[in-house]
Amino acid sequence: MKLLVNFSRGKGRKPIIAQVVRDTGVLISVERAVIDSSEGEALIDVPDDQCELVRDTMTKLGANVRILEHGVSLNESECVDCGACISICPREVFSFDPGLKLLLSEERCIICGKCVEACPHHALTVQV
Amino acid sequence: MRKSINQINQRIREGNARVVTAEEMPDIVADLGEEGALKEVDVVTTGTFGAMCSSGAFLNFGHAEPPIRMEKIWLNDVEAYGGLAAVDAYIGATQQSTTREEQYGGAHVIEDLVAGKAVEMRAISRGTDCYPRRTITTELLLENLNQAIMCNPRNAYQRYNAAINTTDRTLHTYMGTLLPNCGNISFSGAGLLNPISNDPKLRLIGSGVPIFLCGAPGMVVGEGTQHSPAGGFGTLMVTGDLKKMSQDFLRAATMFGYGVTLYVGLGVPLPVIDTDVVRATAVRDEDITVDLLDYGVPSRNRPVLRKVNYSELRSGSVSLNGEEVRTSSLSSFRRARIVADSLKDWIEKGKMELCLPTQPINPTKQVRPMHETVKGPRVLDIMDRNVVSIGEEEEIKGAARRLLKGETNHLPVINREGRLVGIVTTFDVSKAVANPGKARLVRDIMKKKVITTTPDEAVDNAVRKLEQHNISALPVVDTQNHVVAMLTAIDLGKLFGGRWLK
Repeated sequence: MKLLVNFSRGKGRKPIIAQVVRDTGVLISVERAVIDSSEGEALIDVPDDQCELVRDTMTKLGANVRILEHGVSLNESECVDCGACISICPREVFSFDPGLKLLLSEERCIICGKCVEACPHHALTVQV
Repeated sequence: MRKSINQINQRIREGNARVVTAEEMPDIVADLGEEGALKEVDVVTTGTFGAMCSSGAFLNFGHAEPPIRMEKIWLNDVEAYGGLAAVDAYIGATQQSTTREEQYGGAHVIEDLVAGKAVEMRAISRGTDCYPRRTITTELLLENLNQAIMCNPRNAYQRYNAAINTTDRTLHTYMGTLLPNCGNISFSGAGLLNPISNDPKLRLIGSGVPIFLCGAPGMVVGEGTQHSPAGGFGTLMVTGDLKKMSQDFLRAATMFGYGVTLYVGLGVPLPVIDTDVVRATAVRDEDITVDLLDYGVPSRNRPVLRKVNYSELRSGSVSLNGEEVRTSSLSSFRRARIVADSLKDWIEKGKMELCLPTQPINPTKQVRPMHETVKGPRVLDIMDRNVVSIGEEEEIKGAARRLLKGETNHLPVINREGRLVGIVTTFDVSKAVANPGKARLVRDIMKKKVITTTPDEAVDNAVRKLEQHNISALPVVDTQNHVVAMLTAIDLGKLFGGRWLK
């Protein structure tokens, strides 16, 4: 399950992710992160059965955590199956089926949003 | 053996013509041989579905009461060309909305009309004795127009060069998003299904030939603009009735950071009249080769990194200098196939008969670049030849003095051979003075990655470099990397009021 974690680095500068790994023993995989001097956002992946534990522990440490149920989604009525998204995606979410229809492996998506702007037909969206 | 067009049309009328798609044809020819295939197959259908920017439609609105001679016309805030008498307009696919920019354009207006949506038309006029009205605003449906005739000056490119980006930043082009450092390859075209690739000598495709255009029966007008079949880049000008078109084969699109375009589905049926046609329609993806161009170079003459064929492009990756680079297409092969299949279905059902061109298209033409009589400004026209530079082994204090004395903010740093090796700015020197550390020499604080320009470069290109890198000066270097001048934001001021301002 993927969690989107937002935290402010205003006071204390707690190493939130490291602390949660230590306290809960859950192995967190950081899929992408943007952290600057005042705030940070990280997309993390944790085992499904431990995602609430991780969320609650992080929330207690002052982070804002949202469980992301969905990755990128495709509007089939707009998609023309060109495949412009295929080479843009860093995680190979997109591929063609044998009939050259676009296939999505949503579970691989790290919600980076690159495909959303690259799609000429505005057929892709991600929840933010 | 030869087959006449009349024999083929006779079979179409009788409902027993053998029609195959250009995708099926290569295997049929391999199985039956050329003579066998000529006997067996009557028509080969082609198809393509991709971004075709040079598209649009003529619209006739009918006269209002009191009447108006519309001079400036907007459809959903997208300007349509109105220099065509009183109530005609041409809506071009790439024209962008005055209010929504690249989110909405002429292509969207055309798609909305085809989808049955209402479009707001606004027009203004000076008013004349015969057409007194000065403004009009009304909502229009496609069915309210007398004519809506799609007429696309340049469609169905025979093939299209593939694009890659060797620079270190993402590029947004008409070839889509190109990732930095050769991160992906973008291509377009239906390969073996493409109409002209199945008739490269243009024996069958010419004026008057019936086609499939966005789901409607259409017609080839003649050669398209920029038609250049000598190099394998033939194009077609085509027309068809917008009122009969379908959204399945006509889609507005936006290339992010570039602009609006129209995806057009187009297919040409080819009558199999002799073995030359059989041979031409047996073309496979691997026979159609294009250049892989570096779009990181903003020039008409982009460097070719290698040749690549459609079979490689469609495989998902292409090897370049020992690495596999992922490819993706902007055009839809699946929809191109549906175009060819639909056309096949029409002909099998006797809905379309074929004809030979009433006027041939020149198969040997070569496109020429623009004839430019007035060159735009080049860097050498405005650069500052008074260069204040510094050696890499001089002390930082020396750089500070040089900056003061030279009344400049940028010092190119040169090595013993006099070649450019770095740059220091007032900021770098101030920082080094304010926080004294180990750094003593210019070499220790200079930026080694210098963005440069050359005397021959167009000023517009140099300005894009300044913008992209958020810098305010570029050293101007010769081929040996000697600094011959500087180009700063101040020099750009020379463009105003000088001989370049007209």
